[in-house]
Amino acid sequence: MGKITFIEHDDTEHVVEFKAGASLMQIAVDHMIPGIDADCGGECACGTCHVIVADEWYDKTGTPGDDEQQMLSMTPELAKTSRLGCQVQTTEAMDGMTVRLPEFQM
Amino acid sequence: MANRRQDATVIVGGGHAAGSLLTTLLQKKYQQEVVLVGEEPHPPYQRPPLSKNYLAGDIDEESLYLKPRSVYDDAGYQLRLGERAEHIDRDNKTITLSDQSTLKYGQLVLATGSRVRHLNAQGADLKGLHYLHDMADSDALREQFVPGKSLVIVGGGYIGLEVAAIAVKAGLKVTVLEAVERLMQRVTGPEISAFFYAKHRGAGVDVRLDTAVTGFEAGNHGYVAGVTLADGTTVPADLVLVSVGIAPETALAEAAGLPCDDGILVDEYTRTNDPDILAIGDCTRHRNLFFEQTQRMESVANAVDQARTAAATLMGEDRPYDAAPWFWSNQYDVRLQMVGLSHAHDERVVRGKPEDEAFAVFYLRQGHLIAVDAVNLPMALMVGKKLVYQHREVKAQALRDPDIELKSLI
Ligand SMILES: Cc1cc2nc3c(=O)[nH]c(=O)nc-3n(C[C@H](O)[C@H](O)[C@H](O)COP(=O)(O)OP(=O)(O)OC[C@H]3O[C@@H](n4cnc5c(N)ncnc54)[C@H](O)[C@@H]3O)c2cc1C
Ligand code: FES
Repeated sequence: MGKITFIEHDDTEHVVEFKAGASLMQIAVDHMIPGIDADCGGECACGTCHVIVADEWYDKTGTPGDDEQQMLSMTPELAKTSRLGCQVQTTEAMDGMTVRLPEFQM
Repeated sequence: MANRRQDATVIVGGGHAAGSLLTTLLQKKYQQEVVLVGEEPHPPYQRPPLSKNYLAGDIDEESLYLKPRSVYDDAGYQLRLGERAEHIDRDNKTITLSDQSTLKYGQLVLATGSRVRHLNAQGADLKGLHYLHDMADSDALREQFVPGKSLVIVGGGYIGLEVAAIAVKAGLKVTVLEAVERLMQRVTGPEISAFFYAKHRGAGVDVRLDTAVTGFEAGNHGYVAGVTLADGTTVPADLVLVSVGIAPETALAEAAGLPCDDGILVDEYTRTNDPDILAIGDCTRHRNLFFEQTQRMESVANAVDQARTAAATLMGEDRPYDAAPWFWSNQYDVRLQMVGLSHAHDERVVRGKPEDEAFAVFYLRQGHLIAVDAVNLPMALMVGKKLVYQHREVKAQALRDPDIELKSLI
């Protein structure tokens, strides 16, 4: 158990509890966080689960795979610490992490 | 809430479209009372994994749910699961449920989805014959996945092929029987069909094209023992999956006198010709401003997009359905992603090499890009999403040339 803060593009904050193991996308979706669509349900097929990880937490999320990088490269609002939420599996080490949501998904 | 109108908004059907509608209404802070009537015992869930990782046993039932059940309960949305809507009385604006209770509606949304087509061949009622549409079907199939058993799949569409991939990995002896000359013919072009044909053959699946099924042979205890073919031969089978497409579930709407034509007819706002009844998802033949003609789609993207449109319509917003359709399928380590509809093309351009297992086919009509099918090449899909939506004119050479970055075409 730990906490992750999701921040909408208009700066609204949502602090939610998570159990390590679920994907960042699943946690956001289960908590009805606006700004994430996740249309394909986590299959890395739609590109609508874009999140921007706070700089200092980025390393903890691992490295995006080649598929993910290709999907991300076309998202509007792409940042250096962008990830597809469905491809980030949460760990205990992410307790306290902050993640921003873009204004628009693909 | 003070400004709630009297009669509830009732959603019939508990699938992907219905679930997405609930979520969107919730996010948009819809002020009406909402009741969902769904025949299946589960809260709205995703079907794609039923022929993919759920069938393989890699994910559990709860990860199929669009939202945890508690989300709806907390919102005060009423889910009447395990109940079927039997009848719509448009004059009194009520529906009758299978438990004989009636429910009054202010606005009604039909999201009844589709049902699988059954084969009317001899022996089609034998035990061991499976169809795949809901969670129970996927569970029943998985239980039979015992190494060494022979599985015959009737129909070489994407669902049959996804199951073939999982089954052959699980150690079954798999045969796919396709009536026409190539796989997935309804949704894709010949290059993609040929690629998946080679992929399945390479994995040990016996794929037979141009092969017509005439019936099923009985073995012991009323179980199927084989599939008989038009050439007089029989393919032995311990179990059979019939996967020959779906039909829109329109009976309820038809009985209520709503216009249907291979789908409940709706406009770009998801409205039927009754101002108080909307319809969304697989059950509709709809207007999407992206196309000139009405369409019927069987996809998550359509279910979700129409749900969002319906939510806007219910809330008095002017937000017509206007989106390029897209789709995906996973077979083995291959991800196929598609955008647009390809069948009206007059030119095909291939980028990359099928033998590298990373390539894309671009479909052009009079020089304009109308569809893209990408195999392990998500970039082509993502660029395609933009260009296809804009009906962009693109040079075949630019699409083909590996030295020209796809991104630069935007
Ligand atoms: C095995 C499988 C794999 C798939 N894979 C993909 C994929 O990879 N990508 C993709 O985009 N799409 C895929 N699809 C298609 C996608 O799942 C459907 O397009 C989508 O589920 C349509 O949503 P829907 O809500 O319109 O219909 P459904 O999900 O079919 O839901 C309709 C629901 O309404 C209920 N219902 C019907 N009539 C009544 C009534 N009178 N009263 C109460 N309830 C009723 C039904 O029981 C059902 O639960 C797949 C489908 C299947 C079956
Ligand atoms: S949910 Fe579709 S790519 Fe992440």
